[in-house]
Amino acid sequence: MESVKSFYETPSPAGFTGIWSWLITFDHKRIALMYLYAILFWFILAVLLGGVIRLELMFEGKTFLRPELYNSAFTLHGVIMIFLFIIPALPAVFGNFFLPIQIGTDDVYFPKLNLLSWYLYMAGGVVAVVSLFSDGFPDTGWTFYVPFSISTNTNVSTAVFAAFILGFSSMLTGLNFITTIHKMRAKTMGWLQLPLFTWSLYATAWVQLLATPVVTITLVLVMIERYFNVGLFDPSRGGDPILYQHLFWMYSHPAVYIMILPGMGVISEIIPVFARKSIFGYKAIVASSLAIAIAGSLVWAHHMYTSGMSDTAVFVFSLLTFVVAIPSAIKVFSWVATLYKGAIEMTPPLFLSLCFIYLFSVGGLTGLVLGAPGPNIHVHDTHFVVAHFHCTMFGGTGFAFFAALHYWWPKMFGRMYDFKKAYIAAVLVTGGFMFHYVPMFILGLQGMPRRYFDYLPQYAPGNFFAGFGALFMIAGIGLMMVNLFASLARQRTVPPDPWGGVTLEWTVPSPPPLHNFEKDPDIPDYPYDFSKIVAAGSGSRPKGA
Amino acid sequence: MTDIINPVALVDRSLYFIIGFSFVFLFAITLVMIYFVIRYRRSRHPVPADIRGNWMLETAWIFIPAIIALAMFISGWQAYTGLRNVPEGALEVAVIAQSFSWIFIYPSGKETENELQVPVNTPVKLNITSSDVIHSLFIPAFRVKVDAVKGLDTYAWFLPEVKGEYFFQCTEFCGVGHADMTGVVRVVSREAFDEWVEEDDGW
Repeated sequence: MESVKSFYETPSPAGFTGIWSWLITFDHKRIALMYLYAILFWFILAVLLGGVIRLELMFEGKTFLRPELYNSAFTLHGVIMIFLFIIPALPAVFGNFFLPIQIGTDDVYFPKLNLLSWYLYMAGGVVAVVSLFSDGFPDTGWTFYVPFSISTNTNVSTAVFAAFILGFSSMLTGLNFITTIHKMRAKTMGWLQLPLFTWSLYATAWVQLLATPVVTITLVLVMIERYFNVGLFDPSRGGDPILYQHLFWMYSHPAVYIMILPGMGVISEIIPVFARKSIFGYKAIVASSLAIAIAGSLVWAHHMYTSGMSDTAVFVFSLLTFVVAIPSAIKVFSWVATLYKGAIEMTPPLFLSLCFIYLFSVGGLTGLVLGAPGPNIHVHDTHFVVAHFHCTMFGGTGFAFFAALHYWWPKMFGRMYDFKKAYIAAVLVTGGFMFHYVPMFILGLQGMPRRYFDYLPQYAPGNFFAGFGALFMIAGIGLMMVNLFASLARQRTVPPDPWGGVTLEWTVPSPPPLHNFEKDPDIPDYPYDFSKIVAAGSGSRPKGA
Repeated sequence: MTDIINPVALVDRSLYFIIGFSFVFLFAITLVMIYFVIRYRRSRHPVPADIRGNWMLETAWIFIPAIIALAMFISGWQAYTGLRNVPEGALEVAVIAQSFSWIFIYPSGKETENELQVPVNTPVKLNITSSDVIHSLFIPAFRVKVDAVKGLDTYAWFLPEVKGEYFFQCTEFCGVGHADMTGVVRVVSREAFDEWVEEDDGW
């Protein structure tokens, strides 16, 4: 194994060196790393924008931003986090890197399309930047609601066009993954031998492929309205502004499952490895992923109870929303049951996964409040909603992303990070998180609306406290990144299986060679059978650098 | 007026039910999780059991949450119907939202801006529309919120039972002045209202 050259040393296509060995590569692992750097850049930027928002809100009245700039700050925070971070983060980075390895193959089915997806992602990011410096920052919120988005003077068209391009990147990645899983699996690997991360990517990819075109078309309609003023959403000319909301959420609600499903897949990988015990209810987890993907596509109008749509629609969409709660609950029960009678070794990825379960549960349970029509009317469009979706998207997908980084980092780079700093960072982010969002839940119940530049005096204490939580979180994220990247200065010393994992990525060297497998991999009958690892004895405990 | 059920009570009952259950569930799942992590740590419990599932347990945790979710839905729906079914004899006030203020028009023709005056113990129905972009009228004390959309008529109703001042806000982002679109609901006695609504204040 020692003589095997890693994919860092063997560019693909061969013959290119330096920057070109990256920019025109077809290697799924290099493309994944290019996504990682770009996505981290946008993530850090949007985190800092979020900090700016909370700093402005810490004190009543104008603190240091004009209202126009405040409105742009939360719009940019939302657009960047949604379209440039959470939607692509797990599939584009860890999906690209590990999906082919987990199914025992050497690349995705369409490597060139994969590279094109990356270029579309980068192009979307560039257009988003351009939109900032042409006619003023967009100020509509990431939801681009009409008629405001059509009538405002800022550069909404370019921002919408950026989201349009990013939609293609997402769709093509989905197409690529579906095809790869169908056509490229190792010959002896049946559907019920797929690792759960791969399963979650499969369910996600279908949503990406089927739902994204809806928002793509909707965003084109906004551009048509801005340039040609056709009247699609104008009631005086037979249009309907509520139609826009239906079309927008028809994608954007399924999109939250595009964001969370791969995160659930990551947690389903990590917990069995560190409990050294088979996942509890493999088939139930697979079925719940598919159920979430299907039912989650039919609940979009629960964002619209106050919009003026019919009471019948409220009834149907609310009932369907409670249906989606059940498969999510099944997953949480399965993860916790996996810990029962395990041999649990605490490590940073496991710690982050446990934080995920806690924070995601808070997000899911507060979602029940929002799904119920009567209570929803009170908390809709308040800080309660903001806190709820940050619990699912940041406490959920964000923490799954952190957990995935710590879990697969040694495999991707061949180097281990410092455990102690990783724990400190995780505690800072989680503690800051609670300090940040619990006051926001209370503010929401008291009636503080979202997207408010200023607020009534009774909301001052909550906003003041939330600002401190934000500072802790930003410090924790900073420490986490520094700790991970500091490991790159060390030697590559990580063995193929530092954690005692049994999915196929732990059978190849860290980092893997260009074609992933030196010889055809042995496909286990069941992807989470730890009996060999247990029989080999406890071995050396995973240690930080 | 005592035979009218104030929907505030229904909404709050549903809120307490769902949030109360959520707290119980969250504590239970978190405590079990922490207990397992400590009890079955590798130094104390080095040989794991090989348990891949248990169909009885898995069936139970599909059906029990399903029943609880259904109960939550029903309580939420009851609260919602309370908010939607306007009792007879309500005072009707027309509301027009504009960037960035609220206009209220009373049956007598009287108009006010950012200030809604209503008599105590009388149901009030607000007929809402917008003259430009979408706004949303939110009166937290009465658990009332509904969007104001140009070209669309929406409504909300509430029953003010205690005299006093209650604030309202705009909750659909509408531009630079969004956070300034606040105002006050003044609940006054019937006599004071009748006198006020007839007086000509030069509008």
